[in-house]
Amino acid sequence: MGIRERLSGNEAVAYAMKQINPDVMGAFPITPSTEIPQYFSTYVDNGEVDTEFIAVESEHSAMSTCIGAEAAGCRAISATSSCGLCYMTEMLYVAASDRLPITLAVSCRALSGPININNDHSDAMGVRDCGWLMLFAETNQEAYDNYLQAMRIGEAVSLPIMICQDGFITSHAIENIELVETEKVKEFVGEYKPQHFLLNKDEPMAVGAYATPVYYMEAKRQQAQAMMDAKEVIKKVGAEFAAMTGREYGLIEKYMMDDAEEAIIIIGSSAGTAKEAIQNLRAQGKKVGLIKIRSFRPFPAEDIAEALKNVKAFAAMDKDDSFNAHCGPIFAETAAALYAAGISAPKGINYIYGLGGRDVRVESIEHVFAELEKVAATGETGETYRYLDVRE
Amino acid sequence: MAYNLKENVMKEDRLAGGHRMCAGCGSPIAVRTVLRALNPEDHAVVCSATSCLEVSTFMYPYTAWKDSFIHNAFENAGATISGVETAYKAMKKRGKLDETWKFIAFGGDGGTYDIGFQSLSGAMERGHDMVYVCYDNEAYMNTGIQRSSSTPHFADTTTTPAGSVVPGKLQQKKNLTKIMVAHGVPYVAQTTFIGNFKDITEKAHKAIYTPGAAFLNVMAPCPRGWRYPSEKLMEVTKAAVETCVWPLYEVIEGKYILSYKPKEKKPVEEYLKMQGRFAHMFKPGNEWMIEQVQKEVDRNWEELLKLCEL
Repeated sequence: MGIRERLSGNEAVAYAMKQINPDVMGAFPITPSTEIPQYFSTYVDNGEVDTEFIAVESEHSAMSTCIGAEAAGCRAISATSSCGLCYMTEMLYVAASDRLPITLAVSCRALSGPININNDHSDAMGVRDCGWLMLFAETNQEAYDNYLQAMRIGEAVSLPIMICQDGFITSHAIENIELVETEKVKEFVGEYKPQHFLLNKDEPMAVGAYATPVYYMEAKRQQAQAMMDAKEVIKKVGAEFAAMTGREYGLIEKYMMDDAEEAIIIIGSSAGTAKEAIQNLRAQGKKVGLIKIRSFRPFPAEDIAEALKNVKAFAAMDKDDSFNAHCGPIFAETAAALYAAGISAPKGINYIYGLGGRDVRVESIEHVFAELEKVAATGETGETYRYLDVRE
Repeated sequence: MAYNLKENVMKEDRLAGGHRMCAGCGSPIAVRTVLRALNPEDHAVVCSATSCLEVSTFMYPYTAWKDSFIHNAFENAGATISGVETAYKAMKKRGKLDETWKFIAFGGDGGTYDIGFQSLSGAMERGHDMVYVCYDNEAYMNTGIQRSSSTPHFADTTTTPAGSVVPGKLQQKKNLTKIMVAHGVPYVAQTTFIGNFKDITEKAHKAIYTPGAAFLNVMAPCPRGWRYPSEKLMEVTKAAVETCVWPLYEVIEGKYILSYKPKEKKPVEEYLKMQGRFAHMFKPGNEWMIEQVQKEVDRNWEELLKLCEL
């Protein structure tokens, strides 16, 4: 049986790091992820881990040291938020292209400006095309569980992985959590044994080539293949994790979707709020449900299309905006998933919500379902690009 | 053991020939000489900032580097090599390797004085056991000769063209070597290619084998940017040293030591006139520019002599 504890999301992730005892951590403080390197430094300085901690002078250098360390043959980790993630963006692309399975904990936060320290998904969504695997958590438990699965997934496909949770909402809120025994964690995660690495005296290695047009595209095609292959790996590792803990994880979670006529697609902690709203509406006899995206990269296009094919209306909930005068990324990718699957019956609308920590209440989600009911009844979507709970 | 040029050049090159750097460029000479200062039995990981050096030595599927090599980006060679060095410590501690590895980063002046400055400063302050070598050619040569903070006063570059109103770069060269000294690292040196390469070889060896962070600033001229005939490379570096434009010195645990004092300090014209980038300074009416540079060189030289307690 697991160990019952009460931990914040940041501490839960730091605790997972401690149990894994990786080789190198390079990190820089930024609200709200600061606590993760703080907790971890305490583990280092008290000898609870023997990880080498590099207190770098910026997030750019945090990711640069991780790239150096992972290429050298080590497990390298970091943690960041918001502008820190932006600042390391250039290096995120390099980490993915070098095929280095670095693990990055992200406590998601809005981007400047206006400067704001509260939660939305602008930071993570801003780096969605960097070539990283991206898992999102609804709860502290999921943040912890995702972290324990991260290295298994990333190392299997040689891609770096982000473990995202909602800043403050889960990163700082303390919840009941069930931890896995450290011996079991170590057995589950295993040793990192890279095929090629810099510090191999028998085989020198060169990393970070200049690729002309003759080779560049093949390198990118291989990255694309790894991302496609990751779907099965995430499911397989999730199944193994379920066998160990009883907690099941796939690419998406479906909640009350079997007979749902109206559904929302959502990511992160607001899924919990939405589930509450769905329970209320179900009690009123309304056929409503939810799809929670756990894996945003790779994007579970087939699973989402399959889950949505019988609904009358859906709302994609984006906790950030693409500022394309059209829609946010979840709506865009969901619509593309349906189109690719040849499904055109469900009517879709998009809500931009919860920016910069704007509270997402049960009533907010109930309002979305009320709108969906109108769309389902009339077959008319009206404006598809909508802002939720905003003063106009 | 006393330095012997013949013996030194008999060591196997760790940067293979056939790379794409220009004839008469100082950069690969700096690299080969520094790597030759490694004890042959020691392993090394070499890092290069994005630069002429990087794109000319590691074009997929070929590499000129015989040691393990990592290129990451333009501005982060300091951080990248510090990550590799930390991985070495972690692996050694965990018994995953027991051989000796050394860590050397190369960057041009753009990647060192400017965009890579923060990353370098962080690595030096943290005191990783590494050497950062700046091959200083005094402008962004890879993108086509744009000014950097290392570009000398009045130099004609593509972003400080010697025009009819503005006569080249208006600012003096940043003194990065002294900034590195201010980090309190155990070894900092300034060198270039002189005579039998004793100065640069010995400094490189000290930099590599001094525990902790070390910084080596190597004047490495660029024939295209400086506009000198390729075969004159060694004459240009010699003139830089003889005019005291580029003094040779080292700073060991904070103590300044002058490596070479010219018997007779030559006027700066002798260095400037060899290079097309300073040609406009020799036009009638521009004598004040040469006088100004002479004043600046004199001031820096006097300051250095004081620091060396000479």
